[in-house]
Amino acid sequence: MLEIGLSHYLIVSAFVFCAGIAVMTLKRNAVGILIGAELVLNAANLNFIACGRYRVGGLDGQIAAAFVIVLAAAEAAIALAIFLSFYNSHATIDVDHGDALKG
Amino acid sequence: MSLETVVFYIFGGLMVVSSVAIILSRTIIRSAVWLLFNLMAAGALYFLLSANFLGAIQWIVYAGGILILIVFGVMLTAKSPYVRFNARPREIAITALVGVILFAGLSGLMLATDWSAIPDAAPAREVQPVADIGRSLLTQYLIPFELVSVLLLAVMIGAAYLASPEKK
Repeated sequence: MLEIGLSHYLIVSAFVFCAGIAVMTLKRNAVGILIGAELVLNAANLNFIACGRYRVGGLDGQIAAAFVIVLAAAEAAIALAIFLSFYNSHATIDVDHGDALKG
Repeated sequence: MSLETVVFYIFGGLMVVSSVAIILSRTIIRSAVWLLFNLMAAGALYFLLSANFLGAIQWIVYAGGILILIVFGVMLTAKSPYVRFNARPREIAITALVGVILFAGLSGLMLATDWSAIPDAAPAREVQPVADIGRSLLTQYLIPFELVSVLLLAVMIGAAYLASPEKK
């Protein structure tokens, strides 16, 4: 319990992952869903770096985490552009109104 | 109790508390502020894991960049930053059930796994210089690196196109 090992990080990351899933299902605001996705990606990153330090060794875990950060930034930019376009056409950000593919 | 233990429990606890607070926040702007705490604590844990470069990137790109983007998204898509959408009780019950089952399954699986089957990475406990990361990005990981640069270009064009007001 006092000696910090790999499993401590894995438990924290599992908790943050489940919290991210809960945020994605509970929030009706589209930006809230994006926040949940960021939580999930963050939990995955923590796993990569913790496993890279304690087990696999070398830089592989850190490089994978760096690519995840880049993809998260790209995803956030595209998602916010879609939200802006959605808000312009629907005048709301409630995802329950986004039930049509066109218009 | 070593310093590493204390620092881990401070920042790991902050991550857990702030992710619960994100779920419980009624307004989206409060969720965004709690996300800031969560991302900063994750960056601190990266430093603790001797991934200094990733910790700095986490603070700059996530806490500095993506969070500003999210706050801009909140402000541009709401008349008031305190707009709220309440979840129905049935949705809350289902989410709580799924979350608890998922967490129990994941943590049980992780605790049951015999991690000692994979050899311990003693050399990785030392801080790797940033130069090593740059060198391996340009040698071993050259193709993903170049693909990511193409992806970022596509994202730039796509975001500008999607957010432009006149499309017809």
